[in-house]
Amino acid sequence: MARAVTTQRKIVFTALAWGIGLMIFFPILWTILTSFKTEATAIADPPVFFNFDWTLENYQVVQERSDYMRYLWNSVALALGSTFLGILIAVPAAWSMAFVPTRRTKNVLLWMLSTKMLPAVGVLYPIRLILIQLGLLDSKIALIFILMLINLPIIIWMLYTYFREIPGEILEAARMDGATLKDEILYVLTPMAIPGIASTVLLNIILAWNEAFWTLTLTTVNAAPLTAFIASYSSPEGLFYAKLSAASTMAIAPILIMGWFSQKQLVRGLTFGAVK
Amino acid sequence: MGRITLDKVRKAFGDVEVIPPLDLRIEDGEFVVFVGPSGCGKSTLLRLIAGLEDVTSGEIRIDGTDATHLSPAKRGLAMVFQSYALYPHMTVRKNIAFPLKMAGMDQAEIDRRVDGAAKVLNLSSYIDRRPGQLSGGQRQRVAIGRAIVREPSAFLFDEPLSNLDAALRVGMRLEISELHKRLATTMIYVTHDQVEAMTMADKIVVLRAGHIEQVGSPLELYRTPRNTFVAGFIGSPKMNLIEGAEAEKHGAHTIGVRPEHFQISTEGGTWTGTIGVSEHLGSDTFFHVTVPGFAEPLTIRAGGEVDLHYGDTIHLTPDASQIHRFDAKGLRLP
Ligand SMILES: Nc1ncnc2c1ncn2[C@@H]1O[C@H](COP(=O)(O)OP(=O)(O)OP(=O)(O)O)[C@@H](O)[C@H]1O
Ligand SMILES: [Mg+2]
Repeated sequence: MARAVTTQRKIVFTALAWGIGLMIFFPILWTILTSFKTEATAIADPPVFFNFDWTLENYQVVQERSDYMRYLWNSVALALGSTFLGILIAVPAAWSMAFVPTRRTKNVLLWMLSTKMLPAVGVLYPIRLILIQLGLLDSKIALIFILMLINLPIIIWMLYTYFREIPGEILEAARMDGATLKDEILYVLTPMAIPGIASTVLLNIILAWNEAFWTLTLTTVNAAPLTAFIASYSSPEGLFYAKLSAASTMAIAPILIMGWFSQKQLVRGLTFGAVK
Repeated sequence: MGRITLDKVRKAFGDVEVIPPLDLRIEDGEFVVFVGPSGCGKSTLLRLIAGLEDVTSGEIRIDGTDATHLSPAKRGLAMVFQSYALYPHMTVRKNIAFPLKMAGMDQAEIDRRVDGAAKVLNLSSYIDRRPGQLSGGQRQRVAIGRAIVREPSAFLFDEPLSNLDAALRVGMRLEISELHKRLATTMIYVTHDQVEAMTMADKIVVLRAGHIEQVGSPLELYRTPRNTFVAGFIGSPKMNLIEGAEAEKHGAHTIGVRPEHFQISTEGGTWTGTIGVSEHLGSDTFFHVTVPGFAEPLTIRAGGEVDLHYGDTIHLTPDASQIHRFDAKGLRLP
């Protein structure tokens, strides 16, 4: 789009964008900074920004006190496991809704999305009780399943919008060319949908990684992921801001790094394919 | 071989009948063009033949065998889509080779055929590019290439040239006609472009609301349109249709005279009118002439050099042997 934008407007919008960006990023920056302070500096009033004695002490303490690697592994298992399972179910579901729609397809999609509007606590006790009955409380399997279910509507909706962008005539051309349903999905649909599927996978990993309600309420020790790791530092023993910050930084670092390297895919994912 | 017969083929989408029962015979090697106004069911009919749409009832036979319930791939037909429908993630070579690969042909034969098609269609220099890196005309050639390598028993085209600019359209039109002459394979071609229909077809099928109004060679339709719809639809600019007293003089409800079948004069003639807008094409001039008592202005075709202008009075005499007569139902009178 070639639209003349005045320099003045450009400056205003750039400044505004940076301002809002920094505002959103500030809590994370503050957490990272605090993690390198001593407990005393962390609660200093007025707060100090950069001119303090940087220390790695908090990280040592956190590492000694709790087994970071175990939490990390649980987080990875939950995020990847639920995403993989979700994609397995969502691809055929989205395929059928995008390419063989019926009169009710739109309603089904809306209904699926509407389940995301339900407050999760509403079903906390039923689910807890079911898991206790099944002896699956604090198990990764149960949590993978639950995380998959809560994110499934979003995955299906996203894949649906990506698949919808693929012109039906191309699939018809493949059919004319003698492709079976399997060939069509394998050689035509999937290669064309790879960017969309990749964005969906990334976004879903992040959603699963950050999920805190179910992971906190349904785990104690064995299946506890990094969210529980952070929570264990906002403990009744009194608040240790610096240690809490160190734990938080350690918990968000992997996902932050992953997000950084996959920015382009993620933007596409978060805007549901609106940005090409 | 590519003889296609439709027997009482009917198609409804839900409660809406798009194609009422319809019979059609397409002979081997024929170039058949479907024309008709937008929404009349041309694409639907083509897709029924292709197998991309299921018939609601009736039978489709290809070379004598019942193909009504065969999958598209098993019908041995190739289709070229309006949007080209190339596989964006494959190179030109892979696109053209795709149907052969699906047929399980061996690589040497695939390469031989793809190279052959690329040469015929002047695609050799872009063979390793992706569709996104090609112009519209080049994409269209790739789509045609993908169709010809299979050596199908018939080609189906759905408005293949409508996304191209005028100059390219003329070129591709010739190429497709050329291809038809060389391959002598049945081609079914959907268009709403007059000129494409008239110049390419062996046989034109004029459709209206899913009905076949007339089937015939371009000249048959031009000379003896069966009803006022075909009369108005075939020929460009449209035939002038005149009702009322002037028609009754010829013993008809409606008479039709094509723009090119008038004598024009500044002295005297059968009808006298005033020139409105005139369109100068260089070789021809089209005058829109208002004649008192006629419901619509007449379109008159004159030579390029005629020196008449807006507001001038003009006298028109229709060529007596070229007056088409129609009854009150719009059907042609003998
Ligand atoms: N899948 C469908 N579901 C319902 N109605 C349809 C469907 N496909 C086509 N139709 C209807 O069938 C009629 C014929 O459509 P078709 O596409 O065959 O027209 P066409 O002659 O090819 O028109 P155009 O020249 O605009 O391409 C139209 O009224 C259209 O709305
Ligand atoms: Mg059409």
